Order: sequence, then C-alpha cells, then structure tokens
Amino acid sequence: MASHAAARNGGARRDQRPLKKRLADASAPYLYSAPALILIVTVMLVPLVLGISYAFRDIQLLNPFSGGFIGLDHFKTLSQDQNFYRALKNTLWWTGWSVLLQFVLGLILALLLDKPFAGRAIVQALVFLPWAVPSFLAGLNWAWLFNPVVGPIPHWLFSLGLMSEPYNILSDPQLSMWGPIIANVWWGIPFFAITLLAALQAIPRDLYEAASIDGAGPVQRFISITLPFLAPTIAITVLLRTVWISNFADLIIVMTNGGPADRSQIVASYIFTQAFKRLDFGYASAIALVLLALLITYSMLIVILRQWLLSKD
Amino acid sequence: MTGKRIASVLAHRLAILAYVVFALFPLYWLLKVSVTPNKLLYSEGIKMWPSQTSFEHFDFVLKHSEFPTFFKNSLIVSGSTAIIVTVLASLAGYAMSRFTFRGKYWIVTLMLLTQMFPLVMLVAPIFKMLSPLGLTNSLTGLVIVYTAFNVPFATFLMQSFFDGIPKDLEEAAMIDGATQFVAFRQIILPLTLPGIAATLGFVFTAAWSELLFSLMLISGNDSATFPVGLLSFVSKFSVDFGQMMAAGVMALIPACLFFLLIQRYLVQGLTAGAVKG
Repeated sequence: MASHAAARNGGARRDQRPLKKRLADASAPYLYSAPALILIVTVMLVPLVLGISYAFRDIQLLNPFSGGFIGLDHFKTLSQDQNFYRALKNTLWWTGWSVLLQFVLGLILALLLDKPFAGRAIVQALVFLPWAVPSFLAGLNWAWLFNPVVGPIPHWLFSLGLMSEPYNILSDPQLSMWGPIIANVWWGIPFFAITLLAALQAIPRDLYEAASIDGAGPVQRFISITLPFLAPTIAITVLLRTVWISNFADLIIVMTNGGPADRSQIVASYIFTQAFKRLDFGYASAIALVLLALLITYSMLIVILRQWLLSKD
Repeated sequence: MTGKRIASVLAHRLAILAYVVFALFPLYWLLKVSVTPNKLLYSEGIKMWPSQTSFEHFDFVLKHSEFPTFFKNSLIVSGSTAIIVTVLASLAGYAMSRFTFRGKYWIVTLMLLTQMFPLVMLVAPIFKMLSPLGLTNSLTGLVIVYTAFNVPFATFLMQSFFDGIPKDLEEAAMIDGATQFVAFRQIILPLTLPGIAATLGFVFTAAWSELLFSLMLISGNDSATFPVGLLSFVSKFSVDFGQMMAAGVMALIPACLFFLLIQRYLVQGLTAGAVKG
C-alpha cells in the first residue's frame, strides 16, 4: 500500500518537472539518433526517391538537353530489351546456385565446427578467412586461378580429362557464369557457417543426451532436434542472402564484366553497365526500379508463406 | 574405441581439412605467384612452389607504380569512415538500447529498409547529387557515402552490445548527480570498448572492399582507392601477373589484420545483425 502511494506520488512529482526539463527528456533519444538519421535520409532516402523519379525521365549525363519527363518510355524499351531478359534469367541462375551451395556447404561446415576438437579455434579462424577478403580481390584471385597462364584450375581439369585443352572458362559463353558463382560460394560459405554455428551453439545440450538415452540415432537427432531449432535462422539468413546476392554485382564486374557477349550479365551488373559505361541514368534507374519491385515481391511471398506455415501448425 | 568411432573421427578431420584447403588455396596461390620471379612465371606456372623466390614484384609495385597512393587513399577513406560510423552508431545504438520513445519503431523500420533495397539503384542519383557539390572525384564524397551505407548495420551492432550492459550502472551514476550523457560517456562507453573495436573492424573492412561507388565516383588516379586502382591496373597491364598479385597481397594485409582483431566477435556480431537486420 505504501509503495503504491509512493509510486503515485513519484508519478505526480514527475509531472511537476519544469516544461524545459520534460522537453529535454523527451527529445533526448532523438538527439542521440539525429546525426545517423540525417545522414541516412540525405544519402540514402533522398537518392532513392530521386532514382524512382529518374525512371520516368530522360537523364543522360553527357546530354545537357536531357532531363524531361517521358512517362513510361523506359519501361516500353525495357519490355523489348532482350539483354534485360537474359540478365533476368542469369540473375535467377546466379542467385539460386550461389545461395544453395553457400547454404549447404556452410551448414556442413557449421556442423563440423560444432563438435569440439583440438585446434578448433585456429581452424575456425582459417576457414572464415575468405570472408575478410575484399570482394574485388576475391574476384580477381579466382579470375587468375581460372586463367591458364598463371592459374592451376584449367590444367587440373585438363589432366582429369574434363577439358580438351587448358582454356579459360570465363571466356566460354556456356560456362562463364560458373566462374563468378564458384568465387561467390568460396567467399560466402563463412557467412552461413558463422550464423548457423551461433544458432547451433544455442541449442541446449541436454536435449541431445535425452534423445540418445531414448535410443535416437544421429540422423534422427539431426532431424528432430537440430533442424527445428535452426529453422528460424535458416529462413531469415536464406531470405536476406537471396536478396543480397541478387544485388551483388562486384564479382561479375571484376571477373567477366558480364561477358562474353553478355552471357554472364545479371540485372545488377546490367544496371551498373548502363549507368557507368553508357551514362544513361534514366534507363539504369528504370531497370533498378523493376529489380526493386521483383525483390519486394519475393520478400512478401516468403513472409506470406511463413505466416501460412506457422498458422498451419 | 571401436573401429566405427575411429572412422567417424577420421571422416570429421578429413572434411575439416578439405574446408581449410579450399578456403586457403586461392590466397596461397596469390602469395605464390607474387614471389615467383618473372623468368620462372611461365615455365613453372603450375608448380606448387617456384624453385626460386624473389620480392622483385613488391619492390616494383612500391617504387614505380601508383599503388602507394591508392593504398594511402584507401586507408584515409576506410579509416575516416570507420571512425565516423562508430561515433554515430554508438549514439544511435545507445538511444535504441536505453530509451523507449514513440519514433523508435519508425527509426528501426527505416534502418531495416535501407538494408533491403539495392544499393546499385543509388549509383546514378548519388552521382548527380554529389557532382554539383564538387564531391565527385573526392575522398570526402566517398567517406560521406560509405558512412551513410554503414551506419544502419553498425547501429544494430552497437545496440546489441549496449543491451548486454546492465542499466543499473548509469542509473547509479545519475543518482549521484551525473547527467545521462556524462554517464554514457564515462561509464557505458568504456565498458563497450570490445564492441567499439568490432564495429570499427566491420566498417573498415566494408569500406576497404567497396568497389561500385568508388568506380563511379572517382575518375582520376590521384584519388583512386585500392580496388579502383587495382582494376584499372589489371585492364591496362593485364600481362604483369606477378605485379598484380603483389598488389593484391598488399590489399589483403589490412583486411586480414582487422579480421584477426574482430574474429572473436564474429559469431556474436553476425548473429545480432542477422536476427535484427
């Protein structure tokens, strides 16, 4: 009773604070976050809005007479742009294989590292090292490995009889996409391994002990304990990585520059090529807007699917 | 120990070994070619280690190329970005961790949103905005852009570190008469030093690796960062493999140093980041 009165008393006292003090208290969190927010709004949000407006305007950097509104013209051109459709197909290919291989190999690595063994700390540092390699350098490094002049990979494939002569797969229209995909897998395994390892280590150990006392084998334990515990982490990392990788153009720009003959061009690298090489900012923004719409649709579908699966349980 | 158990331990170690080899082989090859003298580069091209080693490529790159300038530019850009981002993210992360306020939901949503949309979409508008301000072809322009891109993730990271520090500490200080900001600066910040180091490392590595915006915003050699310099070097002198790889090894050094520094926080940091953003 006494404490109740004290609390009410305290509440009343707080209301009697001078207006200036109350205002200062209310604005404190905004003051702390203001510098970060101002920067995000001016350097990310404003350009985003500008970029959306560019999609409906004729903006060419070197043409001083450009800049007028042209309605949906860019989108009409885009609907007949064969290079765009090929880039779209390549994006699916690139994202699908990269995410799948990164995830499967990352999960296996996380499971391997979850078992205690001598030297685990050192091994962990070594296998996670590719993640620290700058992406442009990862791209160049793999481009060199695929180069028959200084790289060993074509010679190995030749010795195995998989190639008639040592040549560079990055200049093969049928195979060029696999170069950046392999580099991407090498570079991205640590991300999945790190997140999944953290999730694995959060699973209570006694669950496994109880299950083995009940006679569950390793496969059964994996399916009925590990997977359900990992599922939320898997869902969110796969979703984030898919969006991220479909926007990730660095490796392709460095390794093949979309070539040969646009065979390894993805939508993100196509946007960059339009903006950087042709300086056609209007068209580049129109493609970017379509990509954004596709990614939002994808994310919404995943969220709806998740809701549906949760409600079914 | 039964045979089956030995076999499973052996399979486990072999699998680990395969991962280590796959992770390290490309970097090993980079190092190997960078120390192979030119006369052996083609004759011993696919040998695992050359019969002679030399540092002639490193010597050439340091003395006769513009890589020292690129290296300096990248160091300036990445260092300033890391410091500014960490200051801004500490402030914002503290607000997210310690206050409940009406705009919080919207700020978090805004920050999550910036992690979702394609940054390549911003290439053209940012170029158009920075060019009348004289910030294209300038290191300052790059620092501004990189700072904005890295602040959201760094804020979530700092918030998770602040969340791990008990609130009683600054409450005690405030009862003793300190203002909240003084309590934050003198009590909470020193306790978050490991978190600050991790954030610095993350942001430095991210800025050191960034390619698209520096390609777009920088055109001259004077303010080119390392990725841009290396890429233009590759397209111009694409036969000097030894020199290119020596430059590559140099680009790797700061990133690897920071990696060793933040390695311990990786699992903690990425988990926080993955769950929230």
